[in-house]
Amino acid sequence: MSYLPYAVAAWLFIVGLYGVISSRNLIHLVICVGVIQSSSYVLLLSIGYRAGRVAPIFADIPANTLAVDPIVQALMLTDIVVEVTVIALLLSLAVQIHKRHGTLNPDRLMKVSG
Amino acid sequence: MTRRVRKIFFLLSAAALVWVFFLAYSPLAPFGYVQSKYGDMVNAITVPERHITDAVTAVNFDVRGFDTLGEEFILFTSVMGVLLLMRRQKDEPAGDHEDKAADRMIPPASDAVRVTSLLLIAPTVLFGLYIVTHGQVTPGGGFQGGVILSTAPLLLYLCADYRPFRRAVPQRLIEASEAFGAAAYILIGGACVALGGLFLQNSLPLGQSGSLTSGGMVPFINLGVGLEVSGGLSLALLVYLEELLEEKEQ
Repeated sequence: MSYLPYAVAAWLFIVGLYGVISSRNLIHLVICVGVIQSSSYVLLLSIGYRAGRVAPIFADIPANTLAVDPIVQALMLTDIVVEVTVIALLLSLAVQIHKRHGTLNPDRLMKVSG
Repeated sequence: MTRRVRKIFFLLSAAALVWVFFLAYSPLAPFGYVQSKYGDMVNAITVPERHITDAVTAVNFDVRGFDTLGEEFILFTSVMGVLLLMRRQKDEPAGDHEDKAADRMIPPASDAVRVTSLLLIAPTVLFGLYIVTHGQVTPGGGFQGGVILSTAPLLLYLCADYRPFRRAVPQRLIEASEAFGAAAYILIGGACVALGGLFLQNSLPLGQSGSLTSGGMVPFINLGVGLEVSGGLSLALLVYLEELLEEKEQ
């Protein structure tokens, strides 16, 4: 009987958010967005887990074996790959910003744009 | 807003957020005891009705195949965004991002790195193909296998220098295969309609559970997604390397 995984998910979300608001570098900020997103993985997986059950792979076990929830695992799986490309997109925005303004510090960017 | 004000503002909002998290989580059963019928329902139908032994793949490409189509296009769109943003632009300011250490060259890769990555290329491609094609049997599928396949160009870059790497990588082919992979998902959905079903309704012969040809349309979708993911990630890798190295060489 434990609630710890939910607390870990909430912690990852808040700590990532803190990283975003206190960031002095856009690349650091993008990684913090990744941390926020990883909290959803922890939450989804911990909701799908059923005590004492096996992984939902029936290749070498009988098809009626009790298994954990495959739906949340499927949601998380596609999300990981999508997240990688979205982070690549955000990083390319950071590259463009550095080219145009010569800085990656969000505070200095605000001064540049007035 | 100064950093100090921002931080105080964040602490207040974070406290509120913790309270909301607490309200949202408190009705949940403890870890391992959450009740949900849908997972059990999917587990019950995946082998008898779909002949797929990996329930996660069954969810992704059959039960919620339409949603995965949308997710695949998020990937497609963000790769397009990367290509668009990293393109050399005409009005790009040239002077203010000059190389601050022009005499310091990128150190050449050591022989150990070159040999190891050369040896790893073929097994990586084989393993990626294995993961893509066995998604309906064991954990794997187009997304995971595609990511593994996209590390092959990276290994090639590690074992050769940038110029030979750039000549060896067929960028046009990768672009075409990425587009084809994205289109394949929709074409397979259309083929299901042509065979008398609904869009992405699994109406191909299901085959024998546990075999490579089981799962009806699922292995074909996995092939398409594998092409798309590996192509997309390789393209992103290519444009980043181009940005980094061609600037250095100029």
